[in-house]
Amino acid sequence: MADLTAARPGIADIRQHYTAHTQRKRLYGGILLAVFVALMAAGFRTADARNAGSFADGFTRIFDYPAEVVAEAAEKAAQLPGHLVHFFPALVETLNIAAASTLAGAVLGTLLSLLATRGFAPWPVLIPVFRRISDICRAIPEIVIALVLIFVLGGGPVPAMIAIAIHTAGALGKLFSEVNENASLKPVEGLTSVGATWAQRMTLGVIPQVGPNYVSYALLRFEINIRASAILGFVGAGGIGYELKNAMSWGQGRYDEAAAIFLLLFVTIVAVDQLSGLLRDRLTHGAKA
Amino acid sequence: MTTFDTTLTPADLKSDISRLFLRKRLVSIALPAAVLAYLAYVFVAFDMAGLWERASLDNAKTLVSDSYSYKTHVTRDNRSGEVSVAIEGERKGAYPDGMSPEWVALGETTVIDLEDGHRVTFGPATIAYEIPGYGTVKATPSRSAGVQAELPDGDVPEWISVSKNRLAVTTEAGRLTVTRNRAEVFRYFAGWELFVFTLDSPYYGVGAGELVQRAATGEAGAILQEFWTNKMWRHKDVAWAIAETLLMAFLGTIGAGIIALPLAFLATRNFMPLRSIRFAMRRVFDLVRGVDSLIWTVVLARAFGPGPLTGALAILVTDTGTFGKIFSEALENVDQKQIEGVASTGAKPVQRYRFGVIPQITPVLLSQLLYFLESNTRSATIIGAITGGGIGLLLTQAIITQKDWEEVAYYITLIILMVMLMDWFSGWLRRRLIKGEGGNAGRRPRKPEEGGAFLLP
Repeated sequence: MADLTAARPGIADIRQHYTAHTQRKRLYGGILLAVFVALMAAGFRTADARNAGSFADGFTRIFDYPAEVVAEAAEKAAQLPGHLVHFFPALVETLNIAAASTLAGAVLGTLLSLLATRGFAPWPVLIPVFRRISDICRAIPEIVIALVLIFVLGGGPVPAMIAIAIHTAGALGKLFSEVNENASLKPVEGLTSVGATWAQRMTLGVIPQVGPNYVSYALLRFEINIRASAILGFVGAGGIGYELKNAMSWGQGRYDEAAAIFLLLFVTIVAVDQLSGLLRDRLTHGAKA
Repeated sequence: MTTFDTTLTPADLKSDISRLFLRKRLVSIALPAAVLAYLAYVFVAFDMAGLWERASLDNAKTLVSDSYSYKTHVTRDNRSGEVSVAIEGERKGAYPDGMSPEWVALGETTVIDLEDGHRVTFGPATIAYEIPGYGTVKATPSRSAGVQAELPDGDVPEWISVSKNRLAVTTEAGRLTVTRNRAEVFRYFAGWELFVFTLDSPYYGVGAGELVQRAATGEAGAILQEFWTNKMWRHKDVAWAIAETLLMAFLGTIGAGIIALPLAFLATRNFMPLRSIRFAMRRVFDLVRGVDSLIWTVVLARAFGPGPLTGALAILVTDTGTFGKIFSEALENVDQKQIEGVASTGAKPVQRYRFGVIPQITPVLLSQLLYFLESNTRSATIIGAITGGGIGLLLTQAIITQKDWEEVAYYITLIILMVMLMDWFSGWLRRRLIKGEGGNAGRRPRKPEEGGAFLLP
C-alpha cells in the first residue's frame, strides 16, 4: 500500500479513508438491496400476471372460503363428531403411510449413510457413488414417484409409501452420514481386531453411538412425512388427503366434511409435532430426573 | 442404588445383575419384534398381497419402453386408400403429404420395410406382412365382410390375434393392426424423436455440423426460434414452467423471511417484555405451521385461482410460521453484550437492532433461508401439481394422458436436475456468505440440538 511508504497518516487521513470505505460499502449494499428488491418486485409481477386470479382481487377473498367452511360446519355442528369418526380410518391410513415409509426410509438411509462414510464404508472406492445415490433420492420430489407408481400399481397407499420412503432414504442418508462423521472409530477398530464382520462392526460398534441421533432425526422426518402423505393423498394415493379432495370437489353443502378433515389433520400434526419434540429433547439431552 | 448396600450378598448382586441383563435382552428382542409386528399390520392394512393383482405389468412395460423410445405410425385409411405417416400418431408429428421416412415407400402399393426381412405391403386391396421364418400374413379388409385374414398353415401363434373384424400381429420388428376402416403399422425406434426440430421445420434432419455453419451465416435466430417453438416438446412452455417453479420457491421463501423477521422479535423473551403479546405471537406461529401447507394451498387456490402466485403465497404462509419459530429462537440466544456496546455509543433503538442484533443472527437467518429455498423448490413442484402451475402441472398433465411417457421422463429429469442444481447453488452461496462454515463444511459436526437445524422441512 502507498500509505506504508508515505509519512504516518494523520487522523484526518484515517477518517477520510474510513468514510470512503464505509461509503463504498454502503453503496454496494445499497445496489445489492436495490437489485434484490427489483428482483422481488419483478418476480411478484410475473407471478401475478401468470396467475389465474390477481393478487389484488384474491387478497380480499382469502377468508371467504374458510368463512364458508366454518359457517357451514357451525350450522351442522351436531354432525361433526360423526364425520370425525367417519374420517378417522383415513387418518390412520395417512399415519400408517408416514410411519411405514419413515421406517423403510430410515433403514435404507442407515445403509446408504454407512456405505458413504469414510472409515465405515466396506468399499471406500464407492463412497462417491453412494453419496450421489442419496443425493438423487433426496432430489426427487415424492409426487413424481407417486404419480408414476399410481399408474403402474393402481391408486392406494403403497405408491405413496414407496415414494416417501425413497425421498426419506435420501434425506436421512445425508443427515445420518453427518452424524456418522462424529462417531468414534475406536469401537469399530476394536471389533475389527477380534474379527467381526462388517455387519457386526456396524450394529455393535456404530449404531449404539449414533442411535439416539438417528432416532431423533427419524422422528423429525416422521413429522414431515405426515404432511407429505396427506399431500400425496390429494393426488390419488389414499388417506386423508384423498378424502379431503373428495369433500372439496362436492363443493358447497359438504363443507362440514371438509371442516372435519381440516380439524383432524390440524390436531394430528400439532399433536405429533409436540410429542416428537418432547421425545427428541429427551433423546438428545437425556432423560430429565 | 442398592448396589452399594453393604448388606447385599454376592448372590443378591448376581440376581440383580442377571435381572438387568434379562431386561436388556428382552428390550433388544421386543423392539425389533414390535417393529416387525407393525410392519405385518401395515402389510395387511395396505393389502400388499393383493398388490400384484392390481399392478399392471403392461402399464409398467409401456411406461419403461415408451420413456426412451418412440413409435412411428404408418396408417392407411381403408376407405380412401390414403396413407399417412406420423410420429406417435400425433398430428403435431405428422409427415407432410408426400414426405415419408426412407423405410416407407409411398405409392400405389406402399411398402414398409421393418428391417430384418420384415416387410409390410399396403396393396390396393390386400395388406400383406412377410414375416421371416413364418410366412406371409394377408388381410383383405372390406366393408361388407370385415377383415378376411389368410394365415400360413398350422396353428395361429400367440403373437397373432385374428377375429372377424380385426387382425393384429405383434413382432419384434413392429406391430400391424388391420380393422375394417384402417390398417396401421407401428415401428419402434430408440430415442426422443423431434426433440430439437419438428417435421415441418426447415431444419429437420439437418446435421449438427451444417447447423453450426448455417447459424454462423446469420440463421442463428431462426434456428433458435424453431427450437424454442417446437410443438412436440414445447421447450418454451417447459422453460416457463421451470421458471415459474423457481419463482414460487424464491418469492415464497424470501417473502416468508421478510415477514417473519420483524414478527419474530415480538415472540422473544428478551425483546418483547409484554408476556401476552409474546404468547399470542408464538401461538400464531404454531397455528400457521400446524395448518399444513396442503390446507393453505387449498384455501389460497380458492381465492387466487391456479398459478404461480398461489403457490408462492402457500409457501410464504407456511414458512412464515417455521421461520418465525427459528428466528425467535435465534434471537433469544443473541449476546446482550454487543447490543450494550452499540447502545453505549449512543445508538438509537433502530441502530441498536441493525448493528447489535442483526449481525449476530445473520448466519442462522441466511443458512435457513438458503436451506428452505432448496427444499421449497421441491415443494413448489408438489404445490404446482395441486394448484396448477409450474413444472408440477406439466408433469401431472403428461402423466394423466398416459401415453406421453417420454415427456414424463423428460420432465422428471428436468425436475431432478433443477432440485440438485438448487441444492448445489444454495450450498455454495451458504459457504460463500457464511464464513467459518466454508472449507470443511462437509465434515463440520452438526448436532441435532443446534438451534434451527431441527426444523428441516
